[in-house]
Amino acid sequence: MSFQPVKFYQTGTLTVGNRLLAQDERSVQANQMRSNSINSGHRACQGCGEALGARYAIDAAMAESNGQLIAANATGCLEVFSTPYPESSWQIPWIHSLFGNAPAVATGIAAAMKVKGRNDVRVVAQGGDGGTTDIGFGCLSGMFERNDDVLYICYDNEGYMNTGVQRSSATPPAARTATTMPVGPEPGNVFGQGKNVPEIAMAHNIPYVATATVADLRDLEYKVRKAMRMRGARYIQIFVPCPLGWGAASHDTIRLARLAKETGMFPVFEAEHGEVTSVLKIRNKVAIEEYLKPQKRFAHLFGKHAHPETVARLQAIADRNIRKYGLLAEGGN
Amino acid sequence: MLKQTEGSKAVAEAIALCRPEVICAYPISPQTHIVEALGEMVKAGELTPCEFINVESEFAAMSVAIGSSAAGARSYTATASQGLLFMVEAVYNAAGLGLPIVMTVANRAIGAPINIWNDHSDSLSQRDSGWMQLFAETNQEAVDLHIQAFRLAEELSMPIMVCMDGFILTHAFERVDIPSQEQVDAYLPPFEPRQVLDPAEPISIGAMVGPEAFMEVKYLAHAKQMQALERIPQLADEFKQIFGRDSGGLIRTYHIEDAETVVIAMGSVLGTIKDVVDEMRAEGHKIGVLGIISFRPFPLELVRAALIKSRRFIVLEKSLAVGMGGIVATNVRMAVSGTGLKGFTAIAGLGGRAIPKSSLHKLFRQAEKEELEPVTFVDLDWDAVNKQLEREKQTRRSGPIAENILHDKGIVSAKFG
Repeated sequence: MSFQPVKFYQTGTLTVGNRLLAQDERSVQANQMRSNSINSGHRACQGCGEALGARYAIDAAMAESNGQLIAANATGCLEVFSTPYPESSWQIPWIHSLFGNAPAVATGIAAAMKVKGRNDVRVVAQGGDGGTTDIGFGCLSGMFERNDDVLYICYDNEGYMNTGVQRSSATPPAARTATTMPVGPEPGNVFGQGKNVPEIAMAHNIPYVATATVADLRDLEYKVRKAMRMRGARYIQIFVPCPLGWGAASHDTIRLARLAKETGMFPVFEAEHGEVTSVLKIRNKVAIEEYLKPQKRFAHLFGKHAHPETVARLQAIADRNIRKYGLLAEGGN
Repeated sequence: MLKQTEGSKAVAEAIALCRPEVICAYPISPQTHIVEALGEMVKAGELTPCEFINVESEFAAMSVAIGSSAAGARSYTATASQGLLFMVEAVYNAAGLGLPIVMTVANRAIGAPINIWNDHSDSLSQRDSGWMQLFAETNQEAVDLHIQAFRLAEELSMPIMVCMDGFILTHAFERVDIPSQEQVDAYLPPFEPRQVLDPAEPISIGAMVGPEAFMEVKYLAHAKQMQALERIPQLADEFKQIFGRDSGGLIRTYHIEDAETVVIAMGSVLGTIKDVVDEMRAEGHKIGVLGIISFRPFPLELVRAALIKSRRFIVLEKSLAVGMGGIVATNVRMAVSGTGLKGFTAIAGLGGRAIPKSSLHKLFRQAEKEELEPVTFVDLDWDAVNKQLEREKQTRRSGPIAENILHDKGIVSAKFG
């Protein structure tokens, strides 16, 4: 009888196969009783990171709240692809009001639940990075500052994808968007500060802030469930690659999300009351080029008219994140 | 119970009697005293269960009210002027979603130049938003209209602005009869929403609607306001049965039976107008008054019927459709189209400019003789205006208009009148 090695990890990933875990350790999505809060049949693009992130996040929130969940949604891709009447994908009570007011609408829902004595009903608000870091930022900060009992989830795909891929304050430097074209001496988005909303959320001293990616879905579920066990204002920013906006292959969504984390471009951490409590360590540190090259939005940095100095500046950003958050594992490479 | 009280306090007490469940507060003069008083009541535990939320902007105030109303809670806020404009996107959204939010608008001018005093530019800018708009003439009426507004809004599942003149009403101390809780409870049943966010029966609210259904949705908003034309007088009748006084309704007339000239206006200026009309009647002038309480829906037929026996009308309004003339006047002219009635528009009281009886006497007499221009700007300082126009002709960099005019008038600090 020949030796048959046991595969603990799924091919090409570092994720332990679900079958090998005890029932209570398995993912929400692995459970046949999952709520399918955002049901099949919606109109997201193939490989949409946001659809995937929303499905995992909202199902996890539903699991933790025993199905007693109401969602407020900002205008954006998620709202548009999931809802046109009468084909709403949402299997939970769901409201869309405006682009910039989802946090405030959620505050209103939470207040209504409080006066109705329905402390069992929990509220999530969700939006893309444009609806969160730009136009909805005032309402978001207000909701944080009052510590309203709302979990806000930002699906960060680094731009206004619904309107045709324009720059947001979450767009990385050098990235091509429709409003930061790859022309002139410094092609693509400017090297500014951008807006680091997880850190700004932490500055509000709210109970919980976390980042996650669609490459680590167990981590994402864990963070949503943890957030749902808390009260007050909570914020989770989920990194969700956008094949259309980034010019990436649909099958690379998970890979790009993982590379964003493994390069240090997107630090994955959690914080309570303004202090970082844990970071997801980089398992195999990779150079920034590996993350940039599969994306057409960075194509102008390579090839005939390459911009190695710009690539080096992006690498410096990743390295700074690694230092700042301590992203390298002990003895890691 | 009769009380000598401030208009804002009286309105706050009326709102409290309506058992609101969520109140959103953002300060802006001159509505601030209303939410301050409500905040104190909630904090003292006199108003339970009720959540009082200090939001970060008027846009958030309306957005929180949208969320709470959609979740089935009776929701209230108050604003004015720039605040109303800052929340405009959410104002239209609340109406589009069919959420029965009640909001006090303490009517105030819109800048620039920044000005905190009363006129009707703010709420009239929202005339096509889908909100109903009821204008109070007195603080008693402001109290009563709020109680009727919750009833009407929730019946039709559409939002209502109760408009009261900033400062002139909100800050005026006068006698007001505050109803009892029993009376209000008998008139206003608990809120039974037509649509509600409920985990037991999940629905999607506010999803995208294309050309195939959008017009019908918008038409239904119009249809509801047409229903309101029927319901407003009925609700005023029911109100009288329980509270014992005439309040509300679509319009109110004063000596129009034999009037050859009818003055039309909204809000507190009706008091001054009625005094002038009394004095002119004593001199034998056949003049009457038509007060419009419901600006949205606009009672076209009632206005037409009220004017049809007259010879001419003059609309005195605290608003200006720049490049056109009057806003209220345009609506009134629509009501009388085809009648051949002579109509005049008088723009008065912008930014709190006082409307004295003497000016009205002069204006109404000119209207009687049909000596007015189609649009008259009451008590406008033509010298100041012409001087500025001349300055602009002479100098390219003529400077800030408002400052120039104050210089020309020799005014060092703001002065009324």
